[in-house]
Amino acid sequence: MTAELYRTMRTIRRFEERVVDLVNANEIAGVTHEYVGQEAVATGVCAALQRDDVITSTHRGHGHVIAKGADVRRMMAELLGRVDGLNRGRGGSMHIADFALGIYGANGIVAAGAPFAAGAAWTAVQDASGVVAATFFGDGGANQGILHETMNLAALWRLPVIFVCENNGYAVTLSQARSTAGSLIERAAAYGMAAEAVDGMDVDAVLDAARGAVERARAGEGPTFLECRTYRFFGHHTAERTMKLGYRTDDEIASWRERDPLLVTGRGLGEAVRAQIDEDVEQLLDEAVEFARQSGRPDPVDAFDHVYASGLRPRSGVAS
Amino acid sequence: MRYQQALGKALRDEMARDPGLFVVGEDVRESLRGVTKGLAEEFGANRVLDMPISEQMFTGFATGAALAGRRCVVEYQIPSLLYLAFEQIANQAQKLHLMTGGQAKVPVVYFVPGSGARLGLAAQHSDHPYSLFAHAGVKTVLPATAADAYGLLVASIRDDDPVVFLAPAAALPTREEVPDEPFVVPLGSGRIHREGHDVTVVAVGHLVHDALALADELADEISMEVFDPRTLYPFDWELLAASIGRTGRLVVYDDANRTCGLAAEIIATAAEEMPLLAPPKRVTRADVPIPFAVELELAALPSREQLAAAVRHVVREEVRG
Repeated sequence: MTAELYRTMRTIRRFEERVVDLVNANEIAGVTHEYVGQEAVATGVCAALQRDDVITSTHRGHGHVIAKGADVRRMMAELLGRVDGLNRGRGGSMHIADFALGIYGANGIVAAGAPFAAGAAWTAVQDASGVVAATFFGDGGANQGILHETMNLAALWRLPVIFVCENNGYAVTLSQARSTAGSLIERAAAYGMAAEAVDGMDVDAVLDAARGAVERARAGEGPTFLECRTYRFFGHHTAERTMKLGYRTDDEIASWRERDPLLVTGRGLGEAVRAQIDEDVEQLLDEAVEFARQSGRPDPVDAFDHVYASGLRPRSGVAS
Repeated sequence: MRYQQALGKALRDEMARDPGLFVVGEDVRESLRGVTKGLAEEFGANRVLDMPISEQMFTGFATGAALAGRRCVVEYQIPSLLYLAFEQIANQAQKLHLMTGGQAKVPVVYFVPGSGARLGLAAQHSDHPYSLFAHAGVKTVLPATAADAYGLLVASIRDDDPVVFLAPAAALPTREEVPDEPFVVPLGSGRIHREGHDVTVVAVGHLVHDALALADELADEISMEVFDPRTLYPFDWELLAASIGRTGRLVVYDDANRTCGLAAEIIATAAEEMPLLAPPKRVTRADVPIPFAVELELAALPSREQLAAAVRHVVREEVRG
């Protein structure tokens, strides 16, 4: 199990590092939000889920999507805006989704996916399917009204939802101390749901807590709030490297890097096992980048496709 | 049948036909707005969900259930609640199909059983926000009559995309014969309520009834064609072009704000693409939050007198050389 958890975390880490290179090389347009440092959270939570279980993700979503089992080749093709991308090049980093795996999408608006999880969880209860829904958000998302509206309903109706707060200490540049009154755990507890703080750098601790939450959810005992305390090793997004912002100190970053989840978990594996996994991951990601580069670019004439599920064509920008 | 009863019949017929359809909203079991009355008793409480006052959440809840395979009608008791839900409708539900490359569909109807002014409800309860949704490309439906309300609500529920459905408050008491057997009015099909040869009046929502009354009043003087788009996005441009092809003249009678309102879009499209013989005119709501006092409210809303003046003006304009 530890080896598989490590493999997932390593895949996320190296995926993100390659993405940064591709952004810098202008092979990926725009910016992406790196998950580096937070790998143990997505990995631990998704290891407790089944294929049919639902997740809603965030702008910093690559880790969740990989951990839930998406094909990294099609993910990479999506980030490059290619036709074989998971979203056919229509979504990119911030909207990446795979409904066949219950991945209801990364989301460009903080905490906006939380009510999707509640709706999916309610449907699961109606269908007696046993599906649970995990919704990821950050400490920034914990201050959104829609999250609290959703926590209220999920607790009231005892919905099988797992609220996964990835507390990386910063809402973009605003520290938790400057953004958040009181305690996140106590906020959740006030709704009458199970709430627990978890070491988000320790994948085993996250997995244990997530298993407990999934068990409660499947048993009809309602939602759980997990505050996973973690850290992002890089900026809010790839463009931050050139901005020379001063909201975090080098010492603070260095102290969290000592608890890098890959180092911590990697140490528990034999050197040979770890090296083999690392090699496998490099090979997988070589294939992913190659697959993405080989995939076709979308034809501009298809820009109006997939706007309406009914097949309605949207209006063009010029008179016909 | 009264318009409001037609809405109730449409919901009941569709809930009977499709066990995956459910309704959420505030006070929908007691049914303060009347349309959902009795549905919980008939179809079960788990298909008619009373929600806490959390409009953003229950709008997104419907999206989540839709992504999991359900269909949903979300009721909002007042039109301005759509402002709270706007992000969830225009930026989430509406974009999910595109953003996911066609993986996701969100068959949800955002249903306001009483939109627009109804005298005395003042600034925050009197808006008629259809232009906003049409602007965002959200399918937007605004039936003027009972039978259209029935057929369009059925079509909206069966549609695979998000649909904003606004029943104009002023149209709720109107009556029209509604067939007993279920039927659909397709989205994107307009209706010519009255044929005429001097001018096409595009009237929106409850203003259709006002335009028809004016057409009667002016019958000896001017032959008015009364065109009801019924759905604002998609809009039946073909039917409008055919009408203007016959009349050559256009007045739009619209209860949206003047600036960037629906009338602006109709007139711009007609000017670009249709054979107008004279400059068109629009009669719209003023760019004013609806004031409380009745005299002030009426002064901010479009009126039949304003429409009559606009129609006479456009009909008397010289034909463009």
